[in-house]
Amino acid sequence: MAEAELEVRALTARYGAVTALDTVSLRARPGEITAVLGANGAGKTTLLRAVSGLVRGSDGSVLLGGRELAGAPAERIARAGVAHVPEGRGVITELTVEENLRLGELLGTTRRKRRRVHRLDGVYEMFPALGQRRRREANSLSGGERQMLVIGRALLSEPEVLLLDEPSLGLAPRVVAQIFTLIRELVDREGLTVLLVEQNARSALSIADTGFVLNLGRVVANDSAAALAADAELRHSYLGF
Amino acid sequence: MRALVHRVLPSSVLLRHVLAVLAALVVVVLVLETTSQFRNSQFATMSYYAIAAVGLTVLTGLNGQISLGHGALMAVGAYTTALLLADGAVPFPLAMLAATAVTALVGVVVGAAAARLHGPYLAGATLALAVGVPGLAIYFDGLLGGEQGLRVSSPRPPDWLDDALYFLTANDLTGAKYLAYLGWGTLLLVLLLLANLMAGRYGRVWRAVRDDEVAAELAGLRLGRLRVLAFVVSAACAGLAGSVLAMVVRLAAPSGFTIVLSLSLLTAVVVGGLGSLTGALLGSALLVFLPPAVTNVGTSAGLTGVQAAQLAPFVYGVVLVVVMLVAPGGVMGLVRSWRRRGLRQGGSR
Amino acid sequence: MQQFLNVTLGGLAQGAIYAAFALALVLIWRATRIINFAQGAMAMFTTYLALVLIESGQSYWTGFAVALAGGLVLGALVERVVMRPVEGGPELNAVIVTLGLFVALQALAAILFGATFQSFPAPFGLRGFTVGGTTIAFTPFSVFVIGSVVVVMLGLVALFRFTDLGLRMRASAFSQEVARLLGVRVGRMLTLGWAFAAVVGSLAGLLIAGGNLVHPAYMDAVIVYGFVAAVLGGLESPAGAVAGGLIIGLALSYVSGYLGSELVTLAALAILVAVLLVRPHGLFSRVAERRV
Repeated sequence: MAEAELEVRALTARYGAVTALDTVSLRARPGEITAVLGANGAGKTTLLRAVSGLVRGSDGSVLLGGRELAGAPAERIARAGVAHVPEGRGVITELTVEENLRLGELLGTTRRKRRRVHRLDGVYEMFPALGQRRRREANSLSGGERQMLVIGRALLSEPEVLLLDEPSLGLAPRVVAQIFTLIRELVDREGLTVLLVEQNARSALSIADTGFVLNLGRVVANDSAAALAADAELRHSYLGF
Repeated sequence: MRALVHRVLPSSVLLRHVLAVLAALVVVVLVLETTSQFRNSQFATMSYYAIAAVGLTVLTGLNGQISLGHGALMAVGAYTTALLLADGAVPFPLAMLAATAVTALVGVVVGAAAARLHGPYLAGATLALAVGVPGLAIYFDGLLGGEQGLRVSSPRPPDWLDDALYFLTANDLTGAKYLAYLGWGTLLLVLLLLANLMAGRYGRVWRAVRDDEVAAELAGLRLGRLRVLAFVVSAACAGLAGSVLAMVVRLAAPSGFTIVLSLSLLTAVVVGGLGSLTGALLGSALLVFLPPAVTNVGTSAGLTGVQAAQLAPFVYGVVLVVVMLVAPGGVMGLVRSWRRRGLRQGGSR
Repeated sequence: MQQFLNVTLGGLAQGAIYAAFALALVLIWRATRIINFAQGAMAMFTTYLALVLIESGQSYWTGFAVALAGGLVLGALVERVVMRPVEGGPELNAVIVTLGLFVALQALAAILFGATFQSFPAPFGLRGFTVGGTTIAFTPFSVFVIGSVVVVMLGLVALFRFTDLGLRMRASAFSQEVARLLGVRVGRMLTLGWAFAAVVGSLAGLLIAGGNLVHPAYMDAVIVYGFVAAVLGGLESPAGAVAGGLIIGLALSYVSGYLGSELVTLAALAILVAVLLVRPHGLFSRVAERRV
């Protein structure tokens, strides 16, 4: 079962002369949803990309269950159990729905030979819309269906940690609510560690356990989700609700 | 130092270029008069490589378009020259001009197609041109002489020039030397024209198109036309180079315009540094002076003459790869970065 | 009528080879956005390996197998050593590197194997079949050519459609970043892609050579035909490349049969320019627009 804590220590990343992340430290516990909030350009996406190895040459430490991941290539970090669902969903549109899912399954098989929790059939049961279109190109899916596809694909890879980048982007409120509820259920049931990056701070805090607020690449607040949501000044200056 | 240079040299770009060319002319005379006939013919060879290479560097370095077809364009210039000089009725300067004009016209057609292509598509299309054009000479063998090609009657030095040079240098003007003068005179003229073109408005807009097409388009530049123009200028240079080649080699034949010629020109401009006229000159020198050197190394290492002759293209290929991997800016790129580093270490900004 | 039939049959056999060559170009283009202009030279080189073996007394099939294996190794080496650093960089740089390889390999072959024409054996007869008393331009070797190209294509389809490796390779080609996030070793997939492509290219080289004369530049024109075929098919689509190869094979065969073999390359150029200007995304593409 997934029982790994994700710890980020003094992570710093630069794009040329711009420092996108400035000594960011945070901790995400198993069985909890940790929200990362902040305005556009605060460094949220860069944080996830640095954790999953897509941004190279960052300083600092990324520990998964005490194991150092910083500096490793993205494919190795994925094999260690970090599933990153990138912004814009990361569906490979030229492949069919099932082929996209199979890629997650392949990773899950290499990660855990025997004790698999998720199966292709289970994902189709969870998202019937995907089952109906398994042979269609992923291109034909709607925004909400794509989000289901990438979450299903991530689950099939049997991860310890799930990194979600703006899962609500461009989706209708009803679909967002559906997906957020699903994430909460998964975490409660399987003890996943979830790092949830969101601009939609209100919704994110409503399902999260704890939260970190980033501004200009630095952590400016860190508290329980309830406390963050109750802080009027913080809401006003950084969260926009 | 900079200030001093500026005080001594005239501020007009044109005038500065003219002075540089005149100085180069003096150097050319000194070099050609003091070197052997064999060296003279090497310099003659270098002159036509250089004329084509400076044209190519404008296209590839300044405008960002690649051409693997410049060997074919040189063939157009060479065959035009050979046909015009055949019965002795046309004076050679006129033949050179005609070769340039005809090739420029071909350049309009090729350029119009090329302007709409980029990168690998353009490379593939011009590669087809390079591989295909020599076939024309064989197809029209009645006119163009088939595999054997056309013999070219090279111009003889006029007596007054022979006398004048003898008066100046006490040397006779040999045929090889005369052709070297002819080639270098043409080259310096081309350099003067291109240097002014590059320093002027067209140089600026070509660079703008290469660096950011969208911005250039937004600024109201007509990309298609600019690209065709760059291709035409470049093709005209290649045609002129082919004309000089025909007179120096005294032959226009398909075997002289293989794909290896086009790729050699590309090597010259890449090694020198794309977009730099000086770099293209350095690269052309490499094309002329490297083959005998590596061929010697090859024969002394026990290769037969035929094998050793292939060492030069082998080195070109390796050099192309290595330059792209290690120093994509070429020689001039290295020089520029050294100069910058030198300035920084010297502390004078 | 007799001539038309013969020209058509010859064009089909040639077209099958161009199709294989175009397919190899497309495989690499899809994975790395690079046109491998060195592919002809690589195939020429491995064909010479086969020739050396055959001339030393080995069987044709030993030479054939070694040439294909040589292609596998050469393709992998080329990708890993010289292409990796320029992948994803300016497209001109990658083009120039493949051209450098092209020149270097061609010269190296001339040094190692000689620059003269040498005849290359064919494993099957080169006398045309006789149908109803007349001999047609379709030989047992033509059957072998078409058969081996079909086998290779079916093999590739099976690989990409039905195996995990093929799925991983396609994922790497379509979206490197997502593939890496799914634990796919993308670098390894690209190396494999170049290696497989080089095998297909080597096959094309062997088939062109069979029963013909080879010399270090004998693939120069084929790279042009293969490129035109690939562009005709839209560069992205393996099926398009195959169709493009057959079309080019037929078209060039008609040009050669009725106008003159010297004009074949220029005809290929004319087709290329026409396609790029009129249907830049290829004859069969569904994509509305593409920058060429």
